[in-house]
Amino acid sequence: MVDRSGTPLVEMRDISVSFGGIKAVDHVSIDLFPGEVVGLLGHNGAGKSTLIKCLSGAYRQDTGDIFVNGEKANIENPRDARDYNIETIYQTLALADNLDAASNLFLGRELTTGLGFVNDAAMEAETRKIMGRLNPNFRKFASPVSALSGGQRQSVAIARAVYFEAKILVMDEPTAALGPQETQMVAELIQELKKDGLGIFLIDHDVHQVKRLCDRAAVMKNGELVGIVDVDDVSTDDLLAMIIAGKKPEHLAA
Amino acid sequence: MADASASGTSSKRKSLFQTLEVDTRLLGMVGAFVVVCLMFNFLTDGRFLTPRNIFNLTIQTVSVAIMATGMVFVIVTRHIDLSVGSLLATCSAMMAMTQTAILPGLGLDFGSPLIAPLAILVGVATGAVIGAFQGYLIGYLAIPAFIVTLGGLLVWRNVAWYLTNGQTIGPLDETFQLLGGISGTMGETGSWILGVIAVIVAAVAIWGARRARIAHEFPVKPIWAEFALMIVAAVLILGLVATLNAYEVPERVLARQFEAQGLTVPEGYTQGYGVPYSVLLLIAVAVVMTVVARKTRLGRYIFATGGNPDAAELSGINTRMLTVKVFAIMGVLCALAALVASARLSFHSNDIGTLDELRVIAAAVIGGTALAGGMGTIYGAILGALIMQSLQSGMAMVGVDAPFQNIVVGGVLVLAVLVDIVYRKRTGAK
Repeated sequence: MVDRSGTPLVEMRDISVSFGGIKAVDHVSIDLFPGEVVGLLGHNGAGKSTLIKCLSGAYRQDTGDIFVNGEKANIENPRDARDYNIETIYQTLALADNLDAASNLFLGRELTTGLGFVNDAAMEAETRKIMGRLNPNFRKFASPVSALSGGQRQSVAIARAVYFEAKILVMDEPTAALGPQETQMVAELIQELKKDGLGIFLIDHDVHQVKRLCDRAAVMKNGELVGIVDVDDVSTDDLLAMIIAGKKPEHLAA
Repeated sequence: MADASASGTSSKRKSLFQTLEVDTRLLGMVGAFVVVCLMFNFLTDGRFLTPRNIFNLTIQTVSVAIMATGMVFVIVTRHIDLSVGSLLATCSAMMAMTQTAILPGLGLDFGSPLIAPLAILVGVATGAVIGAFQGYLIGYLAIPAFIVTLGGLLVWRNVAWYLTNGQTIGPLDETFQLLGGISGTMGETGSWILGVIAVIVAAVAIWGARRARIAHEFPVKPIWAEFALMIVAAVLILGLVATLNAYEVPERVLARQFEAQGLTVPEGYTQGYGVPYSVLLLIAVAVVMTVVARKTRLGRYIFATGGNPDAAELSGINTRMLTVKVFAIMGVLCALAALVASARLSFHSNDIGTLDELRVIAAAVIGGTALAGGMGTIYGAILGALIMQSLQSGMAMVGVDAPFQNIVVGGVLVLAVLVDIVYRKRTGAK
């Protein structure tokens, strides 16, 4: 079981984001502890991705604060988020299709030689090392990532997050484009990272998957937080009811 | 990156080009260029491939080629710059006014060695500031590049007009004119030294890349392939030097030069022109731009942004500032092109650089730069400029009517892009 007695790894307090007049995220608070996987569930447009993008620096919240390890964090752009060891695997994967795996893995954080030039050989060597661990069948180091399969592209995106020793990992539907075997690979990886003490936010549509992989599930509807529940306390039907009706199951509603 | 021959497929027998790991696209362009040259050489009874014409071709290409290298960056980041011809005119006007009116007005005598460097400095600064300003409008204020530079096309053309009152300004400073082409060449000995240095640099670069791969235990190509590449590079470099050296200074020009020193030309004395300084400038620009594209973070970010702007942004790249930098580089290159173009004419004229924007964009596109962004090479753009110039001067030599010349060039541009699309589909590259 996850130890939730200490300071949370991340605490997002009373976050609100609006676009024009629409409240995409409405006073949501959520936390994450080391070694924990928190699933984020909800319909399309429920505000899951918007909430999480405040953490990864893609959006800026209108109100509310983010605390990392108990200290207030000021995240204004993706670079700030990386400085707090927050890594994000986006649904779109955020890969530059015209560059090879190594260039994508190190994008924005290139290894350089003493003269300040990018060190392609060193980056490829590091990429070969990390891919050897994550996806030993990966061979296409010289091709642009547009030539890779969905699973291979996914492993590049995951390698990028893992390589830089993330403490907090955000995964936005990591298995949406994957076959069963690759989905299994991602599931195993999540378990492994969990053991290393990372905290993971997992955005997913699949309630079965959330029940299988996550410790807690946070459900959102229309920008509001319906509730955060321990996955062992609820059935998949309960989760579905939360998503669709926006109500907490009766046995948990205090 | 353009080469799709992945490692691990070594069981299959590779073709010669795959073993050499040369870009087949480049090979295609070189092939097209050779065909164009041979065709015109045939049609002109051998006048096209003479040292004299090759010399002229190289100096005519320089101005457009310098700008085309910058246009690669602009197009790779999914922008366009329609203002380069006008910006060239403004930079040229600034340099011309600096050396003929402003500096002499400040007490620098005509012919002072300080005039040329100061004028060039003013021109480059003008290009950088205007380019950065346009980049700011595009990057930070989110006005489409097409609109900003379409406006720039009108604005800078007429700023140049206003600066000079529409007058032709000249003659320009003699040192300044050295960068114009025929008025400034390295001579035979200097050219050979340059050629030998270039061959050594090429060989060291090829060998260094191999050693870096071996150090990380990556697969390398067979050693004979490396040597074959070195030999090809050496033959090309020294061949060009030999050709440019073979273009001899005409007797009457020699006679005039000797006369100026109170001497007469010795019996049987000849002298080759060698590599023009303007071509040297183009080579320097090409090397610097290639290094920026391949070996610096700036270049990496330019290509990443072109491939996927959102991904670049999410990776923490400041894409707005990047736009400013790209257009500032374009502005500096416009200034260098203005330097070469006006020095070649020996004066600044009001219509300098007119329609250059189209030639520059066409050169970059013929050279394989994809308008969708993310793809393009510096050497491709230079080769594209060379192919365009060869077509133009070849047709002029053959005596094709002026309207047909432009019709052919326009058709070739469209055809080149079609061939590129078909090629990419066939090879599976995007």
